[in-house]
Amino acid sequence: MTVAQTDNDTNGERIGAAAHAEVEHPSSAVVRFGADRPLDLDSGGKLSPVQIAYQTYGTLNAARSNAILVCHALTGDQHVANEHPVTGKPGWWSLMIGPGRPIDTDLYFVICSNVLGGCMGSTGPASINPQTGKPYALDLPVITVRDMVRAQAMLLDHLGIETLFAATGGSMGGMQVLQWAASFPDRLFAAIPIATGSRHSSQNIAFHEVGRQAILADPDWCGGSYLEAGKNPHKGLAVARMAAHITYMSDEALHRKFGRSLQDRDALTFGFDADFQIESYLRHQGMTFVDRFDANAYLYMTRAMDYFDLALDYDGQLAKAFAGCHTRFCCVSFTSDWLFPTAENRTIVHALNAAGANVSFVEVETDRGHDAFLLDEPELFTTVTGFLKAAARIRGLS
Amino acid sequence: MTTEMQLRTMAADPSRVDLKIIAGFVTPGARVLDIGCGDGALLMQLSEEKNVDARGIELSQKGVNEAVASGLSVIQGDADSDLATYPDKAFDFAILSQTIQATHNPRIVLEELLRIGEKAIVSFPNFGHWRIRTQFLLAGRMPVNKNLPYSWYDTPNIHFFTIRDFIELVDEVGATIEDSIALHGRGRKIAPTVSRQIWNLFGEQAVFVLSRPNSSKS
Repeated sequence: MTVAQTDNDTNGERIGAAAHAEVEHPSSAVVRFGADRPLDLDSGGKLSPVQIAYQTYGTLNAARSNAILVCHALTGDQHVANEHPVTGKPGWWSLMIGPGRPIDTDLYFVICSNVLGGCMGSTGPASINPQTGKPYALDLPVITVRDMVRAQAMLLDHLGIETLFAATGGSMGGMQVLQWAASFPDRLFAAIPIATGSRHSSQNIAFHEVGRQAILADPDWCGGSYLEAGKNPHKGLAVARMAAHITYMSDEALHRKFGRSLQDRDALTFGFDADFQIESYLRHQGMTFVDRFDANAYLYMTRAMDYFDLALDYDGQLAKAFAGCHTRFCCVSFTSDWLFPTAENRTIVHALNAAGANVSFVEVETDRGHDAFLLDEPELFTTVTGFLKAAARIRGLS
Repeated sequence: MTTEMQLRTMAADPSRVDLKIIAGFVTPGARVLDIGCGDGALLMQLSEEKNVDARGIELSQKGVNEAVASGLSVIQGDADSDLATYPDKAFDFAILSQTIQATHNPRIVLEELLRIGEKAIVSFPNFGHWRIRTQFLLAGRMPVNKNLPYSWYDTPNIHFFTIRDFIELVDEVGATIEDSIALHGRGRKIAPTVSRQIWNLFGEQAVFVLSRPNSSKS
C-alpha cells in the first residue's frame, strides 16, 4: 500500500511536470499574436501577447468550407481525438470525432483549441507574464466565455477560415457555441450546443464556489503564486474536482455503478478511510485531475462559466441574441443531467424559436447525467450524424 | 431510402389519407410547422415535393430522433406548451394533424395555431360518424375503431368532438374556414356540396384550413 502510494506520487509528479511543460511549449500547433494583435477582454483591458494552442484533424477543403470547431468543456482541452500528451489517454471525444465517426474527419476539418485561460498551451494564469517574467497567476484578467470565443475567432482568421461549417461542444463548450452564434452569426453555418445553458444557474455557481473555496483554503495555493513558491495546491484542487464530479453524474448512475459497495474490504472500518467504492472513486478522480490541471486555471474557467449570461448583453432577452441568425441549430440534452437539465436547454430552443431560427432539439434518454455527452450514447451520435449530413447537403459539401 | 419507405407507409395507411390532403393545401416554398409530426413523414414529403421550409414539433423522443437524424428540423415538445414561443405569423402553414383531440387545451392550441400561422390546417377524427353513434347507442360502450383504436383507459385522445363541434369552436375563436374536406372510410372525399349535417354523419375524419388575422386577437 505504501509502496503503491509512493509510485503513485512519483508518477503524479512526473505527469505534473509534463503538464506544466505544456503551458509554454504545448504538444500542439501554436499561434502567437503579438503586440500588434491584442485581444479585447470583456473586463475592459487588452491581453497581449496571446498564445493559442490547437489540434486539427482531417483536411480543409479548397473552398475552406468544411471546418468544424469543437469547443471543450471546463476541464477538457484541445486533445479531442488524439492520445493525450500528458495522461496517455484517448482524446475526450474520440467516440464522436474520427474517420467514419459522427464528426467524420474524412469529410470535415476539425479544429479544437485550448480555451483562453486554460493550462494546455493557450494563454492562461500559468503562462509567463512577459512584464514580470513570472507566471501570471491572479494578474491575468478574468476571462469570459466571450473572450474565449474572440480568441477562437482570431485563430480562425489566422487559419484563413472565414466561415465555420459547424461549431459544437458540451457544457462550457456549448456556452462557447451559443456565444459564437450570437457574436459571429455570419461565420457559423450550423451549431450543436449540447448539455448546456444560456446562463449558469445559481445552483451551478454555488457548486463552483465550493470548489474555488477549497482551492483558496489550501495553504499551498499561496495567494495564487504557488508556481513561484514551487508548490501545488493539489489538496484543494482535488476537493474541487471531487465536488464537481458529483454534479457530472446522476444519483441513478452512481447507484448502479457503486451502490453502497465497500472498497477492498468486507466490513466497515469504523474510521474515515475510503470504506465505500464511491469514496475511493472520487478520491481517484481528484488525485488524477491535479496532476494534469492548473489550480488557477480551474478558478478562471469556473469564473468564466459563472459569468456567462448570454441574454444580459441583449436587454435580458435571449431571443435577441439570435435575431436574424441564419445558423441551423441542433440542441441536445440528457434526461438525467441535473447540472444543465433539459429545461435549461429548452430555454435556448424557445429563444431560437422566438428568433425564427432553424432549430432541432433532441432529449436523449440516459441515466448517466451530465457526463453523458462524453460517453457512448448512440442516440447522441445518430442525431449529430443526421443533423450534420443534412447541413452538409444544404451547404453543398456533399 | 428511408424517406421512400416512410412515404410508402404513409400511402399504405388509409387512415392517414388526411396527410395527402393536407399536403395538397400547402403551397410550394412555404414555411411550414407540423405539430405532432411523428417521424416527419409529412415534412419529408413536403420538403421533397414542394421545397418548403419544414419545421416540426413532436412529443415522442423516438419520433424526434428519427426526424432529426433524417435531416429535418424538429424539436421535442408539444402543442400545449411549445407554441407560445413562436412569433406571430412565423409560418405560412401551421399543421395539426390528428392531434388536437389529444391536447389539454384544444381551444388555446387552435388560437395559437391561428396566431403563428397565416393558415392553420387541422385534421381530426369525427366522433359524430354514424358508426360511432350506433356503436355507442346500441352497445352502450365507448367506440373503438380504426381511427380511434384505443380503449377509454389508455387513449391519448382526451377531447372527443364532432365536425359540428369543431365548426362551432372555429366560429367562437373568430376564424375563417378557408377550405374543408370530410372523408369517408377508405379516404374517399364526401361531396363538398352536401350539408355539414351529412358530413358530420358520414365523415370519418375531416381536414380544415383556417385563418384569422392577428389583429382580431385581444
